[in-house]
Amino acid sequence: MTISTPVALAPAERAIALLGGDLTERSLRLHLEGLSGVDAVGLEQRAADLGTRSIKTTSKAWALDRIIELIDLTTLEGADTPGKVRSLVAKALTPDPSDATAPRVAAVCVYGDMVPYAVTALGSAHAAGGSEGINVAAVATAFPSGRASLRVKLADTADAVAAGADEIDMVIDRGAFLSGRYGQVFDDIVAVKEACRRSNGSYAHLKVILETGELNTYDNVRRASWLAILAGGDFIKTSTGKVAPAATLPVTLLMLEVVRDWHRLTGERIGVKPAGGIRTSKDAIKYLVTVAETAGEEWLTPSLFRFGASSLLNDVLLQRQKLRSGHYSGADYVTID
Amino acid sequence: MSFLEYAPAPESTAILGLRDSYGLFIDGEFVDGHGKPFATISPATEKHIAQIANADASDVDTAVKAARRAYDKTWSKLSGADRGKYLFRIARLVQERARELAVAESLDNGKPIKESRDVDIPLVAAWFFYYAGWADKLDYAGLGAAPRALGVAAQVIPWNFPLLMLAWKIAPALAAGNTVVLKPAETTPLSALLFAEILQQADLPAGVVNILTGAGDTGQALVQHPDVNKVAFTGSTAVGRAIAKSVAGTGKKLTLELGGKAANIVFDDAPIDQAIEGIVNGIFFNQGHVCCAGSRLLVQENIHDEVVDRLKQRLSTLRLGDPLDKNTDIGAINSREQLERIRELSDIGEAEGAERWTADCAIPENGFWFAPTIFDNVSTSSRIAREEIFGPVLSVLTFRTPAEAIAKANNTPYGLSAGIWSDKGSKILAVADQLRAGVIWANTFNRFDPASPFGGYKESGYGREGGRHGLAAYLTNSPVAGLVEVPTTTKKAVAK
Repeated sequence: MTISTPVALAPAERAIALLGGDLTERSLRLHLEGLSGVDAVGLEQRAADLGTRSIKTTSKAWALDRIIELIDLTTLEGADTPGKVRSLVAKALTPDPSDATAPRVAAVCVYGDMVPYAVTALGSAHAAGGSEGINVAAVATAFPSGRASLRVKLADTADAVAAGADEIDMVIDRGAFLSGRYGQVFDDIVAVKEACRRSNGSYAHLKVILETGELNTYDNVRRASWLAILAGGDFIKTSTGKVAPAATLPVTLLMLEVVRDWHRLTGERIGVKPAGGIRTSKDAIKYLVTVAETAGEEWLTPSLFRFGASSLLNDVLLQRQKLRSGHYSGADYVTID
Repeated sequence: MSFLEYAPAPESTAILGLRDSYGLFIDGEFVDGHGKPFATISPATEKHIAQIANADASDVDTAVKAARRAYDKTWSKLSGADRGKYLFRIARLVQERARELAVAESLDNGKPIKESRDVDIPLVAAWFFYYAGWADKLDYAGLGAAPRALGVAAQVIPWNFPLLMLAWKIAPALAAGNTVVLKPAETTPLSALLFAEILQQADLPAGVVNILTGAGDTGQALVQHPDVNKVAFTGSTAVGRAIAKSVAGTGKKLTLELGGKAANIVFDDAPIDQAIEGIVNGIFFNQGHVCCAGSRLLVQENIHDEVVDRLKQRLSTLRLGDPLDKNTDIGAINSREQLERIRELSDIGEAEGAERWTADCAIPENGFWFAPTIFDNVSTSSRIAREEIFGPVLSVLTFRTPAEAIAKANNTPYGLSAGIWSDKGSKILAVADQLRAGVIWANTFNRFDPASPFGGYKESGYGREGGRHGLAAYLTNSPVAGLVEVPTTTKKAVAK
């Protein structure tokens, strides 16, 4: 092996603070490879253990409402149309027509070209990054595969931001990550983050999708989580929902451990978003328990935790109706979208 | 109210059809004892649960005679396959009544329901299923062709895993063809008595299993009874020693499973989050009332501060309280006596200069409770690093090299279990090779399986329970030339 000239990386603020000013591919690699390993058996056992918590009565009522407030209501189909998006937004605004006390979701999540329709449909309810109302999140960077040139990914991102997206859900280049080109993955994220910058100098929130189903090992997930945080991600997100397995409780637990450790180290809070495969209230409550007992209860807020889901909302609404009325209704008592 | 406080989720005791008083289970029936009855209480509330009969020497004699009769007339005449059928039936009944057994166990012992429900009772069923499978395959147990049962087994079990210890003792004994007289601990007789009801339900022939409740003197009378062929004891080293003395020279076969002071070794290349969980599980599982508990944390010096810091944070999230609440992590200490001992040793630890840290949690007014506690900067000579505390108290020591870790881990009169945490497989194997402990866990702790033998080195006892090895404790492989020829009475065996 020869010693080659170190390849300098894009100067991301967090990475420089942690790894030093001469940020190179090598210093990043050394850091990521120096992270403590993950024992798969132990991690899964812990996740299963957290899944046995019994959440009843008042705690359950609180949890159901909070789950709704944490949902990124999502439609990501090739067949999406302006009509479908308007319908999704209507559901986001009025989740349960029979109960005005049902809270609203955090955001709607759509493809970039659908952002204008979502913004229009939301109208005055568009939070635009504020705390009141609903945000518009757009997937970008050649979602879901991420197989496109950086130029295309940046244009994809900038378009969505210009159209009014408040949040960008980008995918990392898993091919580069798996072949060990951590520097490339890092530089991509830094560049996309810059593409999230609006003309007034503010930034759209950046969620970095790791696609954990393709990273395959927990050690990889931990490394990719650190990498995404160091490069400037505001959120780390499990999956696109297009690859199985999507979000799992052990993977989410592991990512929560990373953001907890980042907070211990720097005092800064990073968000986590499990996406895909969470369909029932029962499952979602397990995630809330895992968040509360790992990162802390203060993470149970839309700026730090989201569910990427579509069918979850209706199951939660059915459970809410059951808590209120004492009996289960059925799928026809909630609106399909 | 914060979400993390979780609304109460108590398991209902309505499922328990408890009687006001329980007799001794002798020859298939509940009968009155001749000693002075005693009460069993819930350690979480100090409330009375039931009146329990007390067996005196005459009751012990009646029970041993019943077991001998059952051995001679029925059990030794049954084929292995038929014995197996009874054991399978018992296993299924345990599963059917699992919820009830779990509630009884948590009520009487103080352990959290999530442990009795998810660990104790499933393992009880697993133990019976496992040994049921062995009953007709004893020829393949590695003890030669046609190994034979010993006869009547006297078994004395502790209070930390009342029903599980019963299963560890009874399942292999019956599979091997022995009959049993068992004495549960004085503070936790309840689940054993429910188990007696299960035996009636299973139609187990009368006298094959007899259950005597009582205190130390009952146990003493039982192990000293001249007509038992086998003594099995799990409990403290002091009592184990006394038993070993009393059976010396009698020809009774003996297995002892005694105390421990296990080292849990954490190397700097350990998977850190899982290691923290493992340390917590190692010492705070079952309130630390575990003979193989990882009560000495040996942590590599360069990660000491980080490990202790993370450990404290994790312990702050443990929920102490009502054992019957499904969200409780730490239950009640089993008895006032045990609580006093934990307090005394903890005070000694403090006096000896170790740094004490106790999780900040509300202690209920009634009952026996001890908050999870860590002692940092413990030296190897400190009493809390030497003596078994048998409570939720962890002593933290450091080491610099693997050689030092091994030396410190082995530097104890005990040798029941140990844990190793490292991401490096070769290191785990190399260290495990040099540890003198019966069970060594790698990147996990307190995992049990009926197929795995369990037992100790040195003062932790002798003989193995579980697995094929566990059968050897209840069989003899010398039917022709040896001392024991299907003994009908010990007298006869001794005469030979």
